[in-house]
Amino acid sequence: MNIVVLVKQVPDSGSERKLDPADNTVARASADNVINEMDEYAIEEALLVRDREGGEVTVLTVGPDSATDAIRKALSMGADKAVHVVDDAIHGSCAVQTSGVIAAALQQLEYDLVLCGAEATDAQLSVMPALVAERLNIPQLSGARKLTVEGGMAKIERQTDGGYWAVEAPLPAIVSTWDTINEPRYPSFKGIMAAKKKPVETKTLADLGLDAGSVGLANATSKVLDFAGRPPKGEGVKVVDEGDGAQKFVDFLASQKIV
Amino acid sequence: MPSLILSRRDLDFLLHEWLDVESLTKRPRFTEHSRETFDAVLDLAEQIATDHFAPHNRTADLNEPRMVDGKVEMIPEVKKALTVFTDAGLMAGSFDEEYGGMQLPHTVGQAVFAWFKAANVGTSAYPFLTMGNARLLLAHGSQEQIDTYVRPELEGRWFGTMALSEPQAGSSLADITTRAVPQDDGTYRLTGNKMWISGGDHELTENIVHLVLAKIPGGPPGVKGISLFIVPKFLVNDDGSLGERNDVVLAGLNHKMGYRGTTNTLLNFGEGVHTPGGQAGAVGYLVGEQHRGLTYMFHMMNEARIGVGVGATVLGYTGYLHALEYARTRTQGRPAAAKDPASKPVPIVEHADVRRMLLTAKSYVEGGMALGLYCARLVDEEQTAENEADRARAHLLLDMLTPIAKAWPSQWGPVADDLAIQVHGGYGYTRDYPVEQFYRDNRLNPIHEGTQGIQSLDLLGRKVVMQGGSGLALLGETITAATARAAGTEWAGFAADIDAAVARMGAVTATLWGAGDPAVTLANSHVYLEAAGHLVVAWLWLEQALATGTADSDFHQGKRQAARFFWRWELPRVHHRFDLLESLDRTVLDTPDRWL
Ligand SMILES: Cc1cc2nc3c(=O)[nH]c(=O)nc-3n(C[C@H](O)[C@H](O)[C@H](O)COP(=O)(O)OP(=O)(O)OC[C@H]3O[C@@H](n4cnc5c(N)ncnc54)[C@H](O)[C@@H]3O)c2cc1C
Ligand SMILES: Cc1cc2nc3c(=O)[nH]c(=O)nc-3n(C[C@H](O)[C@H](O)[C@H](O)COP(=O)(O)OP(=O)(O)OC[C@H]3O[C@@H](n4cnc5c(N)ncnc54)[C@H](O)[C@@H]3O)c2cc1C
Repeated sequence: MNIVVLVKQVPDSGSERKLDPADNTVARASADNVINEMDEYAIEEALLVRDREGGEVTVLTVGPDSATDAIRKALSMGADKAVHVVDDAIHGSCAVQTSGVIAAALQQLEYDLVLCGAEATDAQLSVMPALVAERLNIPQLSGARKLTVEGGMAKIERQTDGGYWAVEAPLPAIVSTWDTINEPRYPSFKGIMAAKKKPVETKTLADLGLDAGSVGLANATSKVLDFAGRPPKGEGVKVVDEGDGAQKFVDFLASQKIV
Repeated sequence: MPSLILSRRDLDFLLHEWLDVESLTKRPRFTEHSRETFDAVLDLAEQIATDHFAPHNRTADLNEPRMVDGKVEMIPEVKKALTVFTDAGLMAGSFDEEYGGMQLPHTVGQAVFAWFKAANVGTSAYPFLTMGNARLLLAHGSQEQIDTYVRPELEGRWFGTMALSEPQAGSSLADITTRAVPQDDGTYRLTGNKMWISGGDHELTENIVHLVLAKIPGGPPGVKGISLFIVPKFLVNDDGSLGERNDVVLAGLNHKMGYRGTTNTLLNFGEGVHTPGGQAGAVGYLVGEQHRGLTYMFHMMNEARIGVGVGATVLGYTGYLHALEYARTRTQGRPAAAKDPASKPVPIVEHADVRRMLLTAKSYVEGGMALGLYCARLVDEEQTAENEADRARAHLLLDMLTPIAKAWPSQWGPVADDLAIQVHGGYGYTRDYPVEQFYRDNRLNPIHEGTQGIQSLDLLGRKVVMQGGSGLALLGETITAATARAAGTEWAGFAADIDAAVARMGAVTATLWGAGDPAVTLANSHVYLEAAGHLVVAWLWLEQALATGTADSDFHQGKRQAARFFWRWELPRVHHRFDLLESLDRTVLDTPDRWL
């Protein structure tokens, strides 16, 4: 079974994140960049499926040079090899354009199963699995909290607010995962050493047969027009209990639409 | 948010901008390594320390291990954390590939392990002891002993202990009374009691490998008659499986001020509770030769003592980081110049006196970290430098610095925690904030692995006079080589002050040893240790200041400011101490017990 995991490097959601005022894109250079949290679950799931079914796990990343850190981490967790699409022309691409790059890269790989996180913490669009599925004309199973692969079928429990839906599709398929699906392993020290020797293939747009005009900020299908920082924390609300504290408290929660 | 456990930025500075550990990767032992693997393993350590060690630090403090039906019960988080630790390959990390290790340089290994100590010193004591135990066996055990005991230790299946102390013999190991009687089959039977044994019993692993100091009857008196034995909790069959229960039993647990997550035990050997081979007596296997036990133990002590020093530093470090965070968020009072009582209170970090406390703590903990990693780098030099002369030099300098590397952080790390409590005001005194625990945990460090008093005797009584004073001379040369590099920089004044202190240390040492009476020479050894420690750390602050070059980030400017602080506020303290020593002050020596 050939499994490809889509992995994105994002600014650490635990630190302050910024947009670059020059072109309103995510400021990656100054940020503390990490592997997108949800992708770690996808990697873990890929490793689990591989360990059960055999085969290989390939990590696919579209991103700048610095994204090698994310690739190394995935390899040190146990993925077998990686493809890194790097091209300056890709900078500022929208989700639709990026999905074209990913689909083109996937077409040069053999895959039975494509796994990815259900969302990236930087833009939180959650559209990539659908876009890639559409471009490759394969089924997508989104938002999995459980995955089984058997008899040429992928079956998932799609997480919903009240429970789950059982959904299945024939392979090859793309499956996106939530953080409820497993507990990602830590890289091991052995894995870290082994990762250095695992193959990482870098590809440019030309290698994928894509035209620079199909990507990039100038040709994006959507644009960030403006942005503003989070307003500073205001003064808190002080509730003085004059025998009616409980009522005031409930009123406050109601005014915040919490109850 | 940056971690409150340790500062990765500082570790990167020390390891790369100062100590250039990447240059080690040119040596045969470390060719598989690179900046990338160092970074990745430090990332891994931070992540596991954050996810699995820090969260139960307080829980373990509030729930000391208990003895129930002769067995130790403790909170389950400890085992979980240690399983994650060993599964990630961190137990074996610094060891040879042959034993499942990754041959990580010692310098990086200390930085990696520092995360666990800072996050949870109680839980990290188990692997700390096990690694020390394994190192000792690798250096002095037979191949069979290595295969039988070290492999399972590095796989995390068995843990190890160091059983030296006895109820009546702590500092003075010459007076231990545990006996080891030779048997016809080449084994020994041990009888006696060992006190304070950390990790001495627990259910965390299927077996426990005790390394025990004992005397063989008829041997020479004092330390020359001490031998070292392996005493496993369960005897091991030829195929590595566990056999009979050995005659070593848990007699009780000590209830401690801190380090509460680590079981601390009184163990009875050879009282006949179990009768392996149908006979009372704990079965022991001699390590190396008879009567050389203490030498073997001390051979490994350098590394263990650096480790204890790093532990004391990082407990102070985490206290400092917590205090800094608190000082930035707690508002109280107004600037001294503010006239309007209705103006808003400011974060306490704005008050000069609070900044004094933070800067003091910063200079201690970052100075201590530099000391620990410098010494760890000497261990790497001692083991892997290209030529014999360099290795010998590193060994001598390390020998000289070891009492300081253990004692200086053990004295000033707890002071950093004391300051962290002070910055927290009344809140720091409560159990709602973690700083009081850091203080209690850290209070052990001046006591174990040789008390401060014993370290000071080691420094003044042995180290500065060994090999005709060549250790002291080498330290002086090493320091003045650094001060020479400061010529023409803004640090020239700092360098000159350090040079003056180095010269004084030489003169004072000569005066002390010229006193003609060892009782007078050694009476004020602790003051000598303090002065030497502050001098060494001043030098390491100069090294750090020089390593910042012209970089002007807040981080680098902070380093330089802390260097200035240590220069102006701390270094001058050595002169008061040298004055006292130079005068061969007899106040303490001449105080009869009945006057106290
Ligand atoms: C929590 C904890 C964990 C420990 N873990 C271990 C362990 O795993 N294995 C192990 O073997 N031991 C362990 N120890 C024991 C520890 O090493 C001893 O407590 C230490 O060596 C001091 O010995 P003592 O307690 O008997 O004190 P003492 O030796 O009685 O010392 C009391 C005081 O007298 C001073 N003193 C003693 N002799 C001299 C001298 N000649 N000159 C000047 N001053 C002197 C000491 O400096 C000290 O201040 C542990 C202790 C503690 C508290
Ligand atoms: C066990 C205990 C018992 C107590 N009992 C009583 C009691 O019976 N009655 C009572 O009224 N109170 C009591 N207190 C409160 C105690 O007096 C306060 O904790 C103390 O005054 C410090 O105030 P704080 O804790 O708010 O710390 P803060 O005022 O927040 O101080 C935090 C740190 O900032 C420093 N700081 C604050 N302002 C300035 C400034 N302007 N310039 C320089 N540095 C500054 C402080 O020195 C301290 O290091 C008790 C506290 C404890 C812990």
